[in-house]
Amino acid sequence: MMNDFLATLHSNWDRLVGAFGAHVQIALTAVAFGAMIAVPLGIALTRYPKIGQKVIAVLSILQTIPSMVMFGILLPFTGIGRPTAIIALTLYSILPILRNTYTGISDVSDSYIDAGKGMGMNGRQILFRVELPIALPVIVTGIRISSVYIISWATVATIVGGGGLGDIIFIGVARHNHAMILMGAIPASLLAITTSFIVGRIAKAVTPRGLRRERAR
Amino acid sequence: MVVFDNISKSFGNNVVIQNLNLNIKRGQFAVLIGPSGCGKTTSLRMINRLIEPTEGTILVDEQDVSKVNPVDLRRRIGYVIQQIGLFPNMTIEQNIEVVPKLLGWPKEKRRERVRELLEMVGMNPLQYCNRYPSELSGGQQQRVGVLRALAVSPPLLLMDEPFGALDPITRETLQDEIKKLQTDLGITIVFVTHDIDEAVKLADIIILMKDGKVIQAAPPEELLSNPAGDFVREFIGKKRLRANYDVDLVREIMNAKVFTVTKSKGFAESISLMRQRNVDSLIVTDDDGKFEGVIPVEKLREIAGKKVINTIGEIQPEKITTINLNAQAREAFDTILQEKLPYLIVVDSKNKVRGLVTKTSLVKALAGAVWGDNADDE
Repeated sequence: MMNDFLATLHSNWDRLVGAFGAHVQIALTAVAFGAMIAVPLGIALTRYPKIGQKVIAVLSILQTIPSMVMFGILLPFTGIGRPTAIIALTLYSILPILRNTYTGISDVSDSYIDAGKGMGMNGRQILFRVELPIALPVIVTGIRISSVYIISWATVATIVGGGGLGDIIFIGVARHNHAMILMGAIPASLLAITTSFIVGRIAKAVTPRGLRRERAR
Repeated sequence: MVVFDNISKSFGNNVVIQNLNLNIKRGQFAVLIGPSGCGKTTSLRMINRLIEPTEGTILVDEQDVSKVNPVDLRRRIGYVIQQIGLFPNMTIEQNIEVVPKLLGWPKEKRRERVRELLEMVGMNPLQYCNRYPSELSGGQQQRVGVLRALAVSPPLLLMDEPFGALDPITRETLQDEIKKLQTDLGITIVFVTHDIDEAVKLADIIILMKDGKVIQAAPPEELLSNPAGDFVREFIGKKRLRANYDVDLVREIMNAKVFTVTKSKGFAESISLMRQRNVDSLIVTDDDGKFEGVIPVEKLREIAGKKVINTIGEIQPEKITTINLNAQAREAFDTILQEKLPYLIVVDSKNKVRGLVTKTSLVKALAGAVWGDNADDE
């Protein structure tokens, strides 16, 4: 079994490297787009809390649409290929980031807002100097959750011709080649774990020192 | 400095402020006080336009605030809140320089100002500049909160129950500091509180409000000596009557650490105990702790010179007045004063010795009634 695996790994090494690169690219692009949409949207929703809760509820339902169905809906518009995979995954990456942005900003204590306003900060200054720095660790945690999801779901991108480690896994499934399946699955898992670790460290690094202490209490 | 001209405010159908007229003069320490929901905080927040009045005009420095950009207005008026609201993501220095930064002061000027302010309240800049609010005690945090509000030397400072969340000792200290700052800097302060003692201590003028109206606006002495109506009297009285010593019981004011000996105790041992404890009479009990009487030191010496004594029980103790521990404290005092006793022995219903009431207890309890301290702690 082990020899089998090593032999497959050896003969498919170039394919694996290419698929890994594509996988990273798809996941990274999707999460980046997702964050670009979700963070501003999340902030905007905190300004309208009545709509905010509803929008998040609706998006939670969208999140439950199986990826197969999502690809099915998108295919007629965007065709076969990587863009379809990225669009679908972007949609999935939005909710965790949006939810954390919304919660993070909403949870900033009113006393800070009141103090900022009373001292003559305008809305933009309160956002960038008070709300965002305090909420940033929570927002980055949202990005971390999203990244882990998307790296694992990106394996399905292969069915719309998106490429990535899913290609190798599906070949393995089609050929009843267990070594091949593992060769796709193990790097995907390792990638998810590593990413979660790295983004976790980023979340710590962006936590202002004063807040680290406060939370430690 | 601050003029309210016929101000009314309603939230929906709920009228919070009704035709409010106020004139707070330059350099005055004005305290807005009243029961919760009286509109004192709303009034304060209308001055820097955190709340807009429904009707009427507010003048700050003879300028109609509704005609000034609210952001500019607020940068010129200091603002301190009860929750302190120091930004947790910023150091002490960064917190204090928030408004100077908003006004575009150069870096050097800001640094200098922060140091100057910290030194003004006796906080070492080297020690505190780079700390975070969470590393400071509540009192220090609010001190910084006040400095932050004073950073650009505003002529007017608004304070919304700034010391309400602090412990009593810290509160006293900060009250003294703010009063001194106000006098030294010659600034006008509008201060909201619900604590009448705080108001009396700090205010040049107390504005007592109820249901969105001013009931009485007067200097503290006048408010206390000449309250306008029952509400004012009740508001002052209820809060100022802190201790009612008529209802105190002997057990609450007595000293429970009392030295007694039993009749079977050895004579020599008792003498040495008396020396150690520095007492001048023995309180004698039977083996169950029931009170027998006292033996003054003179009597002990006299008898010891005449014959050999083995135990305390061989000496007849003097009977003296006792008082039950559930009697009124006033009764104990009256007895001590009328019978000119040095102390009174407190016993329970089984005649067991439980404590002593001395002249010191009396003085402490009286001091407590006058200054509101606890009289029963040693």
